Amino acid sequence: MLGKTAGGLFWMFRLLERSENTARLIEAGFRIALTRPDGADDEWASVLQTAAAATAFYERHEQLEAGKVIDFLLREPSNPSSVMSCIAGARQNARLVRTALTREVWEAVNDSYMSLRDALARPVAERNLPEVLGLIRQNSALVRGALHGTMLRNDVFDFARIGTFLERADNTARILDVKYYVLLPSVNQIGSSLDNVQWETILRSVAGQRSYAWLNQGKANPKGIADFLILDGRMPRSLKFSVAKMVTNLKYLEIEYGDRHPSQGMAEALDDNLQRITIDQVFEEGLHEFITDFLKDLAGLGLQIETDYRFLG
Amino acid sequence: MEKETRFFDEMFGQGDGPRSPYQSYDAWFHNEDIKELKKKSSEAESFFRRTGITFNVYGQDQADERLIPFDIVPRIISGREWSRLVRGIEQRVRAINAFLYDIYHRQEIIRAGRVPANLIARNEAFLPEMIGVEPPGGIYTHIVGIDLVRTGEDEFFVLEDNARTPSGVSYMLENRETMLQMFPELFSRVKVRPVSDYPTKLRRSLGACMPINASANRSVAVLTPGIHNSAYFEHAFLADHMGVELVEGSDLRVMDGKIAMRTTRGYRPIDVIYRRVDDDFLDPLNFNPDSLLGVPGIMDVYRAGGITIANAPGTGISDDKAIYSYMPDIVEFYTGEKAILKNVPTWRCSEPDALAYVLDNLSELVVKEVHGSGGYGMLVGPAASKKELAAFRAKLSARPANYIAQPTLALSTVPILTKAGLAPRHVDLRPFVLVSPQGVDITPGGLTRVALKKGSLVVNSSQGGGTKDTWVLEE
Repeated sequence: MLGKTAGGLFWMFRLLERSENTARLIEAGFRIALTRPDGADDEWASVLQTAAAATAFYERHEQLEAGKVIDFLLREPSNPSSVMSCIAGARQNARLVRTALTREVWEAVNDSYMSLRDALARPVAERNLPEVLGLIRQNSALVRGALHGTMLRNDVFDFARIGTFLERADNTARILDVKYYVLLPSVNQIGSSLDNVQWETILRSVAGQRSYAWLNQGKANPKGIADFLILDGRMPRSLKFSVAKMVTNLKYLEIEYGDRHPSQGMAEALDDNLQRITIDQVFEEGLHEFITDFLKDLAGLGLQIETDYRFLG
Repeated sequence: MEKETRFFDEMFGQGDGPRSPYQSYDAWFHNEDIKELKKKSSEAESFFRRTGITFNVYGQDQADERLIPFDIVPRIISGREWSRLVRGIEQRVRAINAFLYDIYHRQEIIRAGRVPANLIARNEAFLPEMIGVEPPGGIYTHIVGIDLVRTGEDEFFVLEDNARTPSGVSYMLENRETMLQMFPELFSRVKVRPVSDYPTKLRRSLGACMPINASANRSVAVLTPGIHNSAYFEHAFLADHMGVELVEGSDLRVMDGKIAMRTTRGYRPIDVIYRRVDDDFLDPLNFNPDSLLGVPGIMDVYRAGGITIANAPGTGISDDKAIYSYMPDIVEFYTGEKAILKNVPTWRCSEPDALAYVLDNLSELVVKEVHGSGGYGMLVGPAASKKELAAFRAKLSARPANYIAQPTLALSTVPILTKAGLAPRHVDLRPFVLVSPQGVDITPGGLTRVALKKGSLVVNSSQGGGTKDTWVLEE
């Protein structure tokens, strides 16, 4: 496979994953705004920060305002993480790697692009927001389904999956990075009602509130939530799960290509650490430091994959 | 149906019932409801949008991808008509290859005084770098599109030869797929010769021209200028259907006397490259130094037998519009036979007598730029205003050698589906030809382009033209 094609697949699926994550962040923020109008501004500020869009937002807007934030995250062309930018970028990459995709996957991406372009042609009114966010999630599921149902399990599939899980790990880690202070031990271990809302938001941002409640009989505590997002191998958006998937797909590449690359060692080291460490050790080491290091290692891994498989040259 | 008596209509002929190739179709059509058929038309459009068969229009916003309109009434050619065209096309394509070989070797045709030396030596499309080069398999034009127009029952003319990088074959294939999906019952009623094996034949044809220093893989790739090129869809489509890599200049480099592509596992040699990049941009070391689309040094690898470039560099000299007027002589010179397919009479404005005639009769003629394509920069005399005629007259007088002129042809019509039913529109035809050392293969049919505007004679997609599925009937 061409290095360029591998890079195109990697980015196509990173961007699709990102569009879904951005939509979920908006969903969590919107929910807070509805149920907790007093805490809404802070919430939108941290949503922007998590989406790495805060600086860009304040370049264009003076004031934090729900409608503007939502529009910026959904439609703003100058925001590379806006849902529309991600979908357009994913489709552009899909065109670039058209020969590596089945007709079903291409059509799923192209259909997603066309339907979201229509749905996001104008600012989305508040009453239509749930429907539009649902559409984004649905489209993302459609592409994933086409990928799983029709693609050969070869290097093409591996690069698509590696892009997906790198982006997913990055997203979950960013949520923790912005919200870590909410999860720090405090005098009030039972959680004030504001804490409870914050915890719920974190879980919603990773579509984990129901699973978490099911696993913990509805009892939330900060350490348990951190454990769930970082170290629970059953949770498909946890750091442990995402990193383990990358290790697996890199391993498949090693088997198919017959050679080992530095990126594999880096992914395995991340994985080893997540397998060995306990949540108590994470808190002893410092949750914030742990997440900061993780994000740095993850970015390094992304660059190394780019080099090892010759995405650019 | 609107009445148009001046033009030959391929479905209704002179108006006394459908011509024989259209009889089954006509019988089917009479039992169809126009509204239902119009609905099918818009289904076809959404089918094309989903597949992504769009093209980018030069000079417009990059994001603006447009569809070439598709008309659901097929253009039908009888087996007998087709076999005559096939003989003529094959003869012409063989002559073009022989001409190219000669022009880049001994230039017998110039010595014989049949083509003026100036026309070659001073032509921008002539590449001195190709002099004395032996292209693998002796083939210059692996892929050719011959544009034909029809003016009567037995009157076909070659409008132009496309011997560089003819495009449109993906439309031919997708038009047929669309028709098969929409009207399966029609195809069990009318026996139409298939076109779907084109990519397989293209792959085989390219594979039959390995360079002297071929690698063990004998690999083929399609070279595209990139995602922003107007024909990018077609490049991806062909690579996909042939099962070969789609590469850009930035994926390639010269390595150990071969062209190699950057893969996830290092550089791998390519043996045959089907390039959809113009000569000028192919090699910044040998041609346009500013080009980012090509591969520096590819010409040196080519000359040393490390790669096959299809079509060969320098083939443009054979489809130049000034050369076109010599085609009947060229065919005769190399095949020893009269050309089966006629040329459109052509005035070369470089010749003073011809120029005088053209200036006197401008409002009757079609005037084209010698190096132009896509319908840009041409004048259709009968359709032009006084002002346009005057402006063109000035351009023509300033640089006469830049132009040729032809009579306005009475292009045949084929009906399209309009809200009011069938209405005649002018068409042309581009059959696709593959040339390999094993022989010449012509896909039955080709791409029919249709001027959707009533009365218009310009069929180019960039000028509001559409396409039709083209059927050649089993004999």
